[in-house]
Amino acid sequence: MFKKLINFIFLLDERPINRYKSLNRNIVIIMLLITIIPLTCMVIINNFQFKTHLRDQIMDPLYSMAEKSRHTFELFMDQQLSIIRFISNTYSLANLGNELTIQKILTSLKKEHYGFVDIGLIDPKGDLVSYAGPYSLLGKNYSQQTAFQETRVKGQYISNVFLGHRKYPHIVIAVEIVKNDGQSWVLRATVDTSFFDKLISGMGLERNSDVFLVNSKGIFQTNSLYYGDTLEKCPLELPGKSFKSQGIETKDNKNQDIIIVSAGFAIADYILVIIQPQSVALKSWHALKTKMGIIFFISLAIILFTIIKMTGILIKRIKTSDEHRENVLTELQHAQKLSSIGRLAAGIAHEINNPLAIINEKAGLMMDLIDLSKDFDQKSKFHELTLSITTSVDRCRKITHRLLGFSKRIDFKIEPIQINTIIHEVIEFLEKDIFYRRLEINLNLSDTLKPIFSDHGQIQQVLLNLLTNAFAAVQDGLGRVEIKTTNHENKGISIKITDNGCGIPKKIIENIFDPFFTTKKEKGTGLGLSISYGIITKLGGEIFVDSKLGEGSIFTIILPEKPNEMEIKNGNPEN
Amino acid sequence: MKIKVLIADDEKEFIETLAQRLEIRDFAVTTVGSGSAAIEIVEKINFDVIILDVQMPEINGIDALKKIKKITPLTPVIMLTGEATVENAIQGMKLGAFDFLIKPTQTTLLAEKIKQAHAHKHEHEERIRQAEIENILRTRGW
Repeated sequence: MFKKLINFIFLLDERPINRYKSLNRNIVIIMLLITIIPLTCMVIINNFQFKTHLRDQIMDPLYSMAEKSRHTFELFMDQQLSIIRFISNTYSLANLGNELTIQKILTSLKKEHYGFVDIGLIDPKGDLVSYAGPYSLLGKNYSQQTAFQETRVKGQYISNVFLGHRKYPHIVIAVEIVKNDGQSWVLRATVDTSFFDKLISGMGLERNSDVFLVNSKGIFQTNSLYYGDTLEKCPLELPGKSFKSQGIETKDNKNQDIIIVSAGFAIADYILVIIQPQSVALKSWHALKTKMGIIFFISLAIILFTIIKMTGILIKRIKTSDEHRENVLTELQHAQKLSSIGRLAAGIAHEINNPLAIINEKAGLMMDLIDLSKDFDQKSKFHELTLSITTSVDRCRKITHRLLGFSKRIDFKIEPIQINTIIHEVIEFLEKDIFYRRLEINLNLSDTLKPIFSDHGQIQQVLLNLLTNAFAAVQDGLGRVEIKTTNHENKGISIKITDNGCGIPKKIIENIFDPFFTTKKEKGTGLGLSISYGIITKLGGEIFVDSKLGEGSIFTIILPEKPNEMEIKNGNPEN
Repeated sequence: MKIKVLIADDEKEFIETLAQRLEIRDFAVTTVGSGSAAIEIVEKINFDVIILDVQMPEINGIDALKKIKKITPLTPVIMLTGEATVENAIQGMKLGAFDFLIKPTQTTLLAEKIKQAHAHKHEHEERIRQAEIENILRTRGW
């Protein structure tokens, strides 16, 4: 599993061309997942915890308010009920039936207590026998009304809000008066519900919030700011009646998210309802959520930016390091190849030298015998032929000696050298090429050129590289290459190789000493000038090129009288 | 009196032909095919000049040179090799080789070198003899 993941990340099987892109992509993905997943989980958990905590903090005051308000309402109703009960206990039926007395009672009620509109006494048949109030209700029959019936059953009664004969919202508070003869009379008073509105407005709720009373059937007992007027059906689904305050989160008829907190009355069929839009209730939560969201996205952007940037830098470094390693490996391979070619050349030279020596000796012996013999036919011809054999052997000997000479440039070996001699050696090596391609070689070598301390073999290689390049640039029969050596003013000596070839474009000159840069396509390794540059630099010298397209190029090498030993120790350019 | 030359080389045809050519030039030539054979024969016979190939089986020319120089320090040895490396040449010269020649070489040049080596040996021996005589005379108070 882990191995598969590593393979996936580093794409060990993929080709190098797309490997870095894929590697970059995979690292970015993995890093993003590693950082974003915990961050997101943390945000989600925090979000949930904060929300729960904040909801509790928001709901608790609403519950508390509902409880308190209900208590106030109940207290008010209970007080009204107590007053009526007190009147029924204090006054006899005869007094209550007296118009003047009952009028007096109403006057004192209005003076001392808030909300009383009228008061009346109903006989056992349901007829209003005594009444004090603004309307002419005397004689009306209430026997069919719920208030009358309920009071007779329960002994007291607080009605829901209704319009009744007076056509404005009011409630009836009634108590039963049982006479000694068992007959049941009812003292009832009407209370104005505007007091409810006063209580509601005194609750000090937030803007856009709504408070109202409903009965258990969902009929408004007071006006709602947003959902309907008194005695209309409430369009919301309210929690069931409970004496303990309870809350729900729902949507209203306008599809607005709201919180409903309700508390049922014990004293009468009323439910106090507080409605607060969630946008108001959870205002602080939304603010916090927005801030958390902003922080999350900023963090995400920073993480994304950092990961992409860092991965980019990392991949670039890996790529550079890989390229460097590959270059070193290729150079090493090339150096090893050169070294094995050198060893092979040395081996071949040695193996050829022995049979050559035999041929040489045999031919020499033949010549000795011919010389010692008396004259015979074609003696001079035999002499000439054997001489031709020894001459050819001598040519072969020179070739094998050169091969041996070139195979020795594996390591740096600083010794006194004469550059002019090396130039002659290299030209000698290339003389066949020069001859067959009919090239003109001008040697402008200084007679007073001072000897320098350098590496014979390495300088041979550099000159061979540069001359091979110069020969490649010129045309057969027209090519002209000049080699000029001079003593350099400040440093040791300078070698200038000038050709009249095709020249080098400026763009190419910029990269000409870079490893693997070649214009020869499959014919070149792109290492010749790079190695030459490496060798000259290590020998403490400089190499530079000047070229004009179509006119030719000039390669100049400046070599010091003695190279810095540290530079030589630090590295062998071929290794 | 002919100069006595020993040639040690594993190339049989080469040494045989070279021997013939040197004999034509009035040298007394003995040939052996290995370094060990050269050491063996040097212990028995006193040669004027020894020619050693560097690359030989069993004991190579350089090792043979070391041993021969122990047996007969005054006999000049010319190293002759097909593998002409500067390192070999320097090593050979340090060990007391008279010269270092690369195969194939011209027999006239080789003959010249042999003569030079012989003359050198002769001179050396003469100087030693003179020194010995002077020493004897000095010890006797003459």
